[in-house]
Amino acid sequence: MASVTIDGPAARAHDDTAPAPEAVVVRFAGDSGDGMQLTGGQFTLSTALAGNDLATFPDFPAEIRAPQGTLFGVSAFQINFGSTRIDTAGDQPDVLVAMNPAALKVNLAALKPGGLIIADSGEFNKRNLEKAKYEVNPLEDGSLDKWQLLAFDISALTLQAVKPFGLGNKEALRCKNMWTLGLALWMFDRDRAPLIDWLNGKFAKNPVLAEANIAALNAGHAYGETAELAGPLRQTHIAAVASEPGLYRTVTGAEAISYGLVAGAQLAELPMFFGGYPITPASSILHNLVRLKEFGVTTFQAEDEIAAIASAIGASYAGHLGVTSSSGPGIALKTEAMGLAVMTELPLVIVNSQRGGPSTGLPTKTEQSDLYQAVYGRNGDAPIPVVAARSPGDAFDCAIEACRIATRYMTPVILLTDGYIANAAEPWKVPDPASYTPFPVEFLEEPNGPDGTVLPYARNDHGARPWIKAGTPGLMHRIGGIEKNPLTGNIDYAPASHQAMTDARKAKIDGIARDIPAQEVTLGTPTGKLVLVGWGSTFGAIHQAVRRARRRGQDVSHVHVRHIWPLPENLGDLLKGYDKVLVPEMNTGQFKTVLRDQYLIDARPLTKTSGQPFTIAEIEAAIDAALA
Amino acid sequence: MNDLTPITTTLKDWETDQEVRWCPGCGDYAILKAVQRTLPELGADPAKTVFVSGIGCSSRFPYYIESYGFHTIHGRAPAFATGIKLANPDLDVWLITGDGDGMSIGGNHTMHVIRRNLNTQILMFNNEIYGLTKGQYSPTSREGTPSPTTPLGSVDHPASPCAFALGAGGRFIARSYDVSKDLPAVLKAAHAHQGAAFVEIFQNCIVYNKDRFDDFTAKPVADATQVWARHGEPLLFAKGTKGIALDHASLKLTVVDVLDGEWQAAGVLVHDQTNRTIAHLLVEMPFGPFPMALGVIYDDPRPTYESALLDQDARARSGKSADLARLLAKGQTWTVTE
Repeated sequence: MASVTIDGPAARAHDDTAPAPEAVVVRFAGDSGDGMQLTGGQFTLSTALAGNDLATFPDFPAEIRAPQGTLFGVSAFQINFGSTRIDTAGDQPDVLVAMNPAALKVNLAALKPGGLIIADSGEFNKRNLEKAKYEVNPLEDGSLDKWQLLAFDISALTLQAVKPFGLGNKEALRCKNMWTLGLALWMFDRDRAPLIDWLNGKFAKNPVLAEANIAALNAGHAYGETAELAGPLRQTHIAAVASEPGLYRTVTGAEAISYGLVAGAQLAELPMFFGGYPITPASSILHNLVRLKEFGVTTFQAEDEIAAIASAIGASYAGHLGVTSSSGPGIALKTEAMGLAVMTELPLVIVNSQRGGPSTGLPTKTEQSDLYQAVYGRNGDAPIPVVAARSPGDAFDCAIEACRIATRYMTPVILLTDGYIANAAEPWKVPDPASYTPFPVEFLEEPNGPDGTVLPYARNDHGARPWIKAGTPGLMHRIGGIEKNPLTGNIDYAPASHQAMTDARKAKIDGIARDIPAQEVTLGTPTGKLVLVGWGSTFGAIHQAVRRARRRGQDVSHVHVRHIWPLPENLGDLLKGYDKVLVPEMNTGQFKTVLRDQYLIDARPLTKTSGQPFTIAEIEAAIDAALA
Repeated sequence: MNDLTPITTTLKDWETDQEVRWCPGCGDYAILKAVQRTLPELGADPAKTVFVSGIGCSSRFPYYIESYGFHTIHGRAPAFATGIKLANPDLDVWLITGDGDGMSIGGNHTMHVIRRNLNTQILMFNNEIYGLTKGQYSPTSREGTPSPTTPLGSVDHPASPCAFALGAGGRFIARSYDVSKDLPAVLKAAHAHQGAAFVEIFQNCIVYNKDRFDDFTAKPVADATQVWARHGEPLLFAKGTKGIALDHASLKLTVVDVLDGEWQAAGVLVHDQTNRTIAHLLVEMPFGPFPMALGVIYDDPRPTYESALLDQDARARSGKSADLARLLAKGQTWTVTE
């Protein structure tokens, strides 16, 4: 049995007598101004420090400050944590914290029957009820009877707690989220010390605010401890999960990608150039990288998405590892430049943090609907390798893999992630950078053709052309988007040249299939009645659903694909070993179509495009239906 | 310009083995020769020189210069140049663009490369037409230009590249034309300028907009219709019989007659290339009532984008080590033991 020690404040001893559940799902919901994402983030940290496994799902509106109290202004943060392995943010919350009527209305349907509602009755006034389109106060009309309800005036309790600090009413009420967090910490038997440290750090320049927030946090905690509350509110201790030994931290996908890109550039022994343009939910990668300059990172906030990728290609031409990042609409704008990177065969990593589409779509919601765009979405025959991350932690390794392929094969590579992975946090076993095999780049330094000539498009054994850094003496040459002679790179429209170059570009990318790991069965058996083939962030839901189904004795396996293009060489044969192939994905069936096309198999779709991740139950139902 | 050791080259050293594919008689040939003639005089090193272009007739230019060259996509050359320059500021980067490439599809990038003040020479070949796509009117075509897409004549107002560049915050604005004997001098001044140096070069499209600039470039009228801006010299033209003066009451330029070389008496302006206000007036002078202002109209450098950015990066890096293992283990962590 593994045990956990916390680096920093020591874990509290506890004597837990009541039998505790294996896992709990809590959703904090409030107005976008209520600080729910912050509350959720800090609760996540305390959960990780308590040694639980966890998964989170931040769900917030696209509007920065949506009108107060409205239904569309509701911001929520869901966390699933437990003493066993956690794969998703949880299907249905056990506990819903509703900071106002709108938050209750929007989130109630998700709450498990018999689940606990904690509501701030102070916010259930006439005005807020009207904004949430409640005719009568739901806290009083018995409509919440199928759940357990705890309503008390958190607003008033917070004002009382922070009174000694002389804050204005508005500022004082901002401490409500810390009061609520204090109560949540009590409910799950958590240590407050790391939170107090964090508040002291956050408000170092304004100690009064730090003290007020700490007072609110303590008051919420004390409320749980001392209030004579009947029934629903009780303390639960979720034991630490048995994990592989090692050093852990929490990580979001955006952080893991940023670190992975830095690691990839180090392994390639290259400086990195990152050209970006602000877009939700991809901006956080740029935010992270601007703070990592000591790792040889140069960042450039370009005037638009096109300039962002163009600058990265320019930097690659001058010998840096060019990287750009965006989300669907921005990726669409970059498309022409991606074709140029294919044509000039320069390394480039393009990160797509997918969101709901088409067009502006759902900027803050998740989807996997850019797979066609990644695999097929360019003019001309323009193959680009595509790698997809399945979780925040996995995004680190995928970013390194994208850098490896880009530099080894002189090609742009698309790294697919999505809004869910980018924002969600999970415990992450801190990897040892020394455990990764370096892939140092060798630039061409001497003429490579007969009689001292330069042949920019002469290919090596795996089809890659030499990387010639602009500025290298004696190797002057010209490149561009026009079709070229297969050796000299000079403009050449001759039929044989275009045929040869198209073939060479395709063969190079196809050949990557021989240089990636064979596809493994993620869970289950290599043959059987049913296989669920997933990619990207649906990993958790598929994995948990298959695990449960197998426990029930159902013959179902899980295959999760990281290399979307080219596909692993053995994937077709592997999938042909199952009677049925089901492809769950958050789009209308894109990967399913790729699999059908590549292997002529009867892959069936399981699709969802609501902007919300799959629930485990939805996938279990699909397994039942497929095996019926 | 960069602090590079001057290299001895000849015009021949800057010629590639590629057959030049512009139409016979195209103004681009003259510009190519002017550039190839200028580069040796600058002591430029072909290995440290990069020509970056977009799409269009002018953008084929890099294929004909024996240096590094990148023929990119339509309108976006400034963004590629920015990445090249930030990755290696020692490279001497020339941007080649046209009126369609740089003022229409790439107007945004033209604005930002000038605004940021990237140290590069921007040569905009202005032929007032889309040549490579067979003669459609361009954003610099004069009102009434008949073309395949405007058979009844264009109705939109043309853009003025130099006014645009100045408006975008340009610190070096010059104008010349393809066959001008003074083009190399203008290119040299652009190269000497630290920062984004914008040069509009009127260029004759022999096929789709033939002799469009004859009204001021044709030999018989040139003297009377060109005023060359030379720092510290009076703005005279028509063999010194006319000059440009400032009407102080209206703050407008006027053309004044100069009798017996007495330009001071006539109130002719002495060109000050650091005077931004006069530069605005010169690039906006309507042709016809006024001559065409050519030469280095404005030259007043300020720190370049890449020097500011890379200095800031260097300061941010100083005293920090690239310890990835430490970075990954940052923040609140916990240890699981057996």
